[in-house]
Amino acid sequence: MAPDGELVSRLQGGDEAAFVELVERYQGSLLRLAASFVPNRAVAEEVVQDVWLGVVRGIDRFEGRSSLKTWLFRIMVNRARSTGVREHRETPVDLTNAEPAVPVERFAANGHWAQPPAPWTDDVDGRLEADDAVRRITAHLHHLPHTQRQVLLMRDFEGLTATEACAVLGITEANQRVLLHRARSRVRGMLETDLGKV
Amino acid sequence: MRLRRDRPGELVCREAVELVTEYLEGLLPPAERERFEAHLAECPGCCDYLAQMRATIALLGRVEPHALSDDARAALVDLYRRWREI
Repeated sequence: MAPDGELVSRLQGGDEAAFVELVERYQGSLLRLAASFVPNRAVAEEVVQDVWLGVVRGIDRFEGRSSLKTWLFRIMVNRARSTGVREHRETPVDLTNAEPAVPVERFAANGHWAQPPAPWTDDVDGRLEADDAVRRITAHLHHLPHTQRQVLLMRDFEGLTATEACAVLGITEANQRVLLHRARSRVRGMLETDLGKV
Repeated sequence: MRLRRDRPGELVCREAVELVTEYLEGLLPPAERERFEAHLAECPGCCDYLAQMRATIALLGRVEPHALSDDARAALVDLYRRWREI
């Protein structure tokens, strides 16, 4: 697989095959990110197409100061926010402990576990079991608040650093951390509910 | 719900679970990190919890985006060619 930088140089030279390879590589990631910003799949596809147009127009200006992936995601977020389609409304992130990682009923009055985590990690060791868990996560993703989903997409699905995720989404490090914590905690809770053995 | 701690200053499970992300991100100040690890050392429930968070993150990293459809590929190649012709 050619590195991104090589595809960028080839695209700057007008190589259509390089464009197709980039599309193959990033279309899926761009679409799922777009879907977290706009109300439906059709709009998401339009936004992503617009991103690719922005890429062919702007590729000469890409200097490689950020990774290509981060650059693409930033274009995506800017386009999604300027489509005029009303973005999913979000209340500002509440940094107080309004959403505990684990329901308070699970703890005794002294703060220790009353109902400790039900074990499930041994059950996702096999490939088939892990695939099943991944399907459960995918189905559950739509229930996450959009901002949590966006942070989870950037950090855990796409493997961006915290700094990159903040730059793409235009959020502070503190908000990024809280959203990541809540999103991961929710997904863990969902897996425990689905797979955990009491 | 106010905590009724058995020992003042000790970290309890309800607080420990809220520190997991900062712990995994390497963002806890050294003293907090020590306190967190001291709690883990005597709390099997929180060790399981941390292992589950790690397993969750590993599973999240396995979620693949949808593959590109032939229609979408054709539309984008078309878009590229039209742009090149301008």
